[in-house]
Amino acid sequence: MEATERQTKHRKTALALSIIPGFGQFYNKQILKGLMFFILTVSFAVAFADLINIGLWGIVTLGEKLPRDHSIFLLTQGIIAVLVILIGLVIYFLNLRDAYLNGRNRDLGIPLNSVKEQYRNVTEQGFPYLMLSPGFFLLIFVVIFPILFVILLSFTNYDLYHSPPANLVDWIGVQNYIDIFKLDIWRDTFLDVFSWTIVWTFVATTGQIAIGIFLAVLMNQKDLKFKGIFRTIFILPWAVPAFVSILVFAGMFNETFGAINNDILAAFGIDAIPWLTEPFWTKVALILIQFWLGFPFIFAMVTGVLQSIPDELYEAATVDGANMWQKFRGITLPMVLFAIAPILITQYTFNFNNFNVIYLFNGGGPAVSGQTAGSTDILISWIYKLTFTSAQYGKAAAITMILSAIVIGVALWQFRRTKSFQEEDMM
Amino acid sequence: MSPKMQNTVRLTLSYIAIAIACVIILYPVLWIVGSSFNPGDSLSGSSIIPKDATLDHYKSLFNTAESDYLLWYWNTLKICIITMILAVAMISCMAYAFSRYRFVGRKNGLMTFLILQMIPNFAALIAIYVLAYITGLLDTHFALILVYAGGLLPMNTWLAKGYFDTIPKELDESARIDGAGHFRIFWQIILPLAKPILAVVALFSFITPFTDFILAQVILRSEEKFTLAVGLYKMISDQFGNEFTTFAAGSVLIAIPISILFLSLQRYFISGLTAGGTKG
Repeated sequence: MEATERQTKHRKTALALSIIPGFGQFYNKQILKGLMFFILTVSFAVAFADLINIGLWGIVTLGEKLPRDHSIFLLTQGIIAVLVILIGLVIYFLNLRDAYLNGRNRDLGIPLNSVKEQYRNVTEQGFPYLMLSPGFFLLIFVVIFPILFVILLSFTNYDLYHSPPANLVDWIGVQNYIDIFKLDIWRDTFLDVFSWTIVWTFVATTGQIAIGIFLAVLMNQKDLKFKGIFRTIFILPWAVPAFVSILVFAGMFNETFGAINNDILAAFGIDAIPWLTEPFWTKVALILIQFWLGFPFIFAMVTGVLQSIPDELYEAATVDGANMWQKFRGITLPMVLFAIAPILITQYTFNFNNFNVIYLFNGGGPAVSGQTAGSTDILISWIYKLTFTSAQYGKAAAITMILSAIVIGVALWQFRRTKSFQEEDMM
Repeated sequence: MSPKMQNTVRLTLSYIAIAIACVIILYPVLWIVGSSFNPGDSLSGSSIIPKDATLDHYKSLFNTAESDYLLWYWNTLKICIITMILAVAMISCMAYAFSRYRFVGRKNGLMTFLILQMIPNFAALIAIYVLAYITGLLDTHFALILVYAGGLLPMNTWLAKGYFDTIPKELDESARIDGAGHFRIFWQIILPLAKPILAVVALFSFITPFTDFILAQVILRSEEKFTLAVGLYKMISDQFGNEFTTFAAGSVLIAIPISILFLSLQRYFISGLTAGGTKG
């Protein structure tokens, strides 16, 4: 017992000495590795000292003096400084870990790796990191960095009146969020937009799913002819790029020259409908268009599932005297819904964020007087307008956060129930 | 009602429903094709089959002095192809590392990807705009390609990793015994076997930038840099109705090649989406 206690000194000493990176390795007589850790740390500190210094100052104050300070530059520098510090901490942690592990090996009397073995170890274990690094760097800069930026932006007053280089931006805490729910003008707009977003998501998505399932079941009847050509026609709306179809529909629904009013409704003797100027009719048109755009995907998925349902099930049901409706309710629908459930949820989140159809069809209009959002704007298109027409960056960021919380909440709820989380290699 | 009668009724009703669906699907298609051959700039007084059809609108699109359309087409193809190459290269490397190696941070990395793929990358569009602005990358294709490629990584890496996992590990091991290095195993054994999933990933990586509107609209500013989506929108929003027939011709020229591409590769899309949807 006494012997082991004395021996544990190595790992503790190595760890303690490693507070200055490299010295733990020197203690473990791994001079080369120690030197590398030491040089890496020193050069890291020297190279980034300024950046970290300015960055941290900038992210805290967002600038103090005009025209010297540009708040948004300082904010970005601040985020970079934080990321750099994180990378530095990872290296520092690796240094501590290495010293500790080798110290422990010495305690246990295991010989340490020679320089040659160390080199082989690095290339061996470094390979996956090498493969990951290009993708990870890209992700950090174009995905993670913007997300951090939006999160921080939502706590600032960055808008038209507080916009660099003429003005400074300040931290205002959760004031943006409070304003959205407290100030009448923001709250009313938010509630309008939010409730329409929910209605839109549910009606448009449920409709497209119902149509897709209906047509797939219809098409799956054995004695139907020309299935191939019908299926191709049914897939067609999915094949045409959505932005093209939506713009074409915008033309068709146009009140002066569009075919819907001039040709179709006129043929039935119905008066022209104000598709683009009356909020109610714009909403109807949008939902109908989304039915058209969205059902082929569901149709294709369900067709695949239907072909995998064994015929015996239906035969047995027939023997038991079930009619067509009972077979559909009892066999087809549950099997289909079970098989495509995850896809259905992504359809809802997709429509929740379906910027293209809203914006390209009528720009979120018709406009509502006194509001920053049009009467058919959903959250994402409202965010777009706040950013690009009224320059309300802080508020837009706060709304983005609310939107993301909803989407991530739904997605987490969904993924908890799918295989990804239960796979052995995630544990 | 006799069973035979019942059958006839069922089939007739089915055919009627299918016919209605076909009319609703095909009407906009025929309408836009008809409009594109319609003489004159506006549609007033036109019919779905124009009396004196003309190719003028197509000709004016191909006239580079008159329209930027060909330039937009070229920009779009360039952006899509570069994005595709970049994304497929990075995705196959990352999927290989995640599938075959056990390393510190692997679990967290996979989890990060899972969460990132839930956030649509245009959710951060304010940040993308502001960042592109202050880095001077606003109005460049470079910025757009990076954003597209980055946005494709999380979901498609999961997709490809799922497929790589199904390739037996014994293959790598026997190759390793024969003295093949890490990269050689990846390049000569895994990649050839993973062709089907790489095709799916390539397809997604091509079509996503092609059909994107919002990011291109945020980043691109000058008309000669536009992609088709932004250009077509500009064409219709600037002079709505005045140039509608030219717009129609432009739409037809986008829809036809993409639809053919899509319909011929449909099963890849479906297999990819099914795997993506159920595996996360």
